[in-house]
Amino acid sequence: MASRKNNHKIFFLSLSRYYGFYTGGFIGFVTLLAIAEQMGMPNAWIGYIFMAATFGLYAGIGVMSRTADISEYYVAGRRVPAVFNGMATGADWLSAASFIGMTGTLYLSGYDGLAFIMGWTGGFVLVALFLAPYLRKFGQFTIPDFLGARYGGNVVRSVGVFAAILASFTYVVAQIYGVGLISSRFLAIDFTTGIFVGIAGILVCSMLGGMKAITWTQVAQYVILIIAYLVPVVMLSQRITDVPVPQLMAGQVLQKVSEREQEIFNDPQQLKARELFSHKADEIDARIKGLPGSLTAERHNAERGLARIKAAAAPDASAIWGAEQSLQNLPRNEIEARETWEREADKLRASAKAPHPHAEPFPGENEKVRDTARLNFMALAACLMIGTAALPHILMRFYTTPSVKEARQSVFWSLFFIFLLYFSAPALAILVKFEIYTKLIGSSIADLPAWVAAWGKVGLVRIDDINRDGILQLAELTLNPDVILLATPEIAGLPYVVSGLVAAGGLAAALSTADALLLTIANALSHDVYYKMIDPYASTPRRMIISKILLLLVALVAAYCASLKPDHILSMVAWAFSIAASAFFPALVLGIFWKRANKWGALAGMAVGLGMCLYYLVSVKFYGMAPWFGIKDIAAGAFGVPAGMFTLVVVSLLTPAPETEVQELVEHCRYPQLMVDTGGKSV
Amino acid sequence: MPLSKTHQEYWNKNLRMTAALLLVWFLATFPVIWFVRDLNILSFLGFPLGFYMAAQGSLIIYVAVVWFYARYMNKLDKKHGVAEE
Repeated sequence: MASRKNNHKIFFLSLSRYYGFYTGGFIGFVTLLAIAEQMGMPNAWIGYIFMAATFGLYAGIGVMSRTADISEYYVAGRRVPAVFNGMATGADWLSAASFIGMTGTLYLSGYDGLAFIMGWTGGFVLVALFLAPYLRKFGQFTIPDFLGARYGGNVVRSVGVFAAILASFTYVVAQIYGVGLISSRFLAIDFTTGIFVGIAGILVCSMLGGMKAITWTQVAQYVILIIAYLVPVVMLSQRITDVPVPQLMAGQVLQKVSEREQEIFNDPQQLKARELFSHKADEIDARIKGLPGSLTAERHNAERGLARIKAAAAPDASAIWGAEQSLQNLPRNEIEARETWEREADKLRASAKAPHPHAEPFPGENEKVRDTARLNFMALAACLMIGTAALPHILMRFYTTPSVKEARQSVFWSLFFIFLLYFSAPALAILVKFEIYTKLIGSSIADLPAWVAAWGKVGLVRIDDINRDGILQLAELTLNPDVILLATPEIAGLPYVVSGLVAAGGLAAALSTADALLLTIANALSHDVYYKMIDPYASTPRRMIISKILLLLVALVAAYCASLKPDHILSMVAWAFSIAASAFFPALVLGIFWKRANKWGALAGMAVGLGMCLYYLVSVKFYGMAPWFGIKDIAAGAFGVPAGMFTLVVVSLLTPAPETEVQELVEHCRYPQLMVDTGGKSV
Repeated sequence: MPLSKTHQEYWNKNLRMTAALLLVWFLATFPVIWFVRDLNILSFLGFPLGFYMAAQGSLIIYVAVVWFYARYMNKLDKKHGVAEE
């Protein structure tokens, strides 16, 4: 026993040494690139070197961690020390959305965006109190494993597999989409190629070494992503406030932002611009009402315009080209016209809307709107928290620690490492807002900084001088949420190497999450469906082969879906939390804390919870059902979780109590070590 | 399987601590959102207090709760003889 403890200690020390060297090496590498940039290395090279170095690193770790051992493949041999499991969970957790999208959401929504910050951290309290130590003691390979053992039979396991795949798949598609976006922009290759480059990076790692390779890669990815997030925030804070601690200084900057807001919101030209946008939107609405006649009229107008240009004494080639282009871009039929015009009108209305102050909670015209916004904030925070405590790719990380004790500590480290980023994100949003409100708004459109044009080219920044005064008003600037973080280095006037660093960080965030999600899906299929249900006598090599083939297939299907650039899929990502929360949370938590919970209760509870959640999501999103209590589809778990919980309890009480063996399993999970255990043998 | 008295005591203590920390989690989350306008009258580090809580304050409480629970339970394991070797 003592020697095992000693081995852990030696392993921990050598890991610390490796990753210490690695972190130092990475900082040195970035410094060298910064020096090279000063000496005139072109930006494109910096992009290539960053991508090649990080991909090479991940692939290298993958190759070094290749394994043919089942326990290493599924749970990294259960010897990941708490601190390192915390970092791996951090990388696992921080996705492309957290890294890139969230800063933008915080910038655009102000206080109301903080629901994500609270939800995505507070959930770990639930993981710590309700799940991690008990799942570690149970100690199998997947989350459906626990459901199968606790509730008996393959039916509950199958529902678990279905829900795990449902929650993970849309999520992984979004990660791969993020990988495609970043690598295409920084390597100047097309989007689809970018996706397949990314997939190759993911597969080298996870196919060779499963959970073991993923774990050690994720630790490396965490180091990159946290450095990449903190460096620009700290530098921006230093520049604006002369103090490099953004979290402390953001409050004072927020006061300045609030003062500035009063000026620019009430600027007469700003009000005029909003009015013009609103007029334009009304015109388009009239056009939509006038369909199909209005489409014919539009086409006539365009044709007449083209004819007039062509008939001119000296036809201007570019004008002809422009007119032909706009004729071609007209919607082809009524349905398409309705869709495009509605989208256009929505955009214009968004520009026409009154901006709201950053610090103001739940803005709205009247008390009712504000109350609904408050309710939505709470429901969303609750769904994100419960979803965090139910997402299989997070929970399975707690199977990998050496002991229950380390599983508990590891939740702390996970939350701590995640906290480092979330704690800085609201500060970053405030600092960027200050820069944009003071440097950009109110300046002449002719001499805006170069980054505006650069990101305008890829469609993430739009400027429309609708009141033609040559000055940029707030309403005339449209920012895509993704651009806020990606452009921060340029907004702050930092060297290009920082942009490369941020891109590498975003890529690390997306790849690490995609790794874990793909493994979750492939394991649900290979372990739970194939090994547990189809062929329980399969040999170890056969199980490994099946796992790897499934991993490859799932990765290709996900990559294909991402390459279609599906709008819907991206908006569905946030659904994963509600889906996982509704399907898993009641069955997992009551399975541990309530011995009376039985198979029928779990089955009914999971089905009702998941069913309720999906029904609400789909009806509100696609069939225009009026939301209950005004709760948006993203927080569908607010209905799914209580419904599932209630059903589980009622049905369990109406049916017989579970057998003694199951009750003993529950007791086994509750105590890190139970000496009176059935002869010391584990269940 | 009969559980000894110390085992039951261990589990009851765990449940009590879990409930207490869950209450802390709840207070750090929902009332802070519900009463944000009232909290915003006060200010902290230049932030309106309600904004500060959602951006940083509640997060710090969450981290502290998880840290405390791990420490408390790992001690409790030893005290009741259910710690792993």
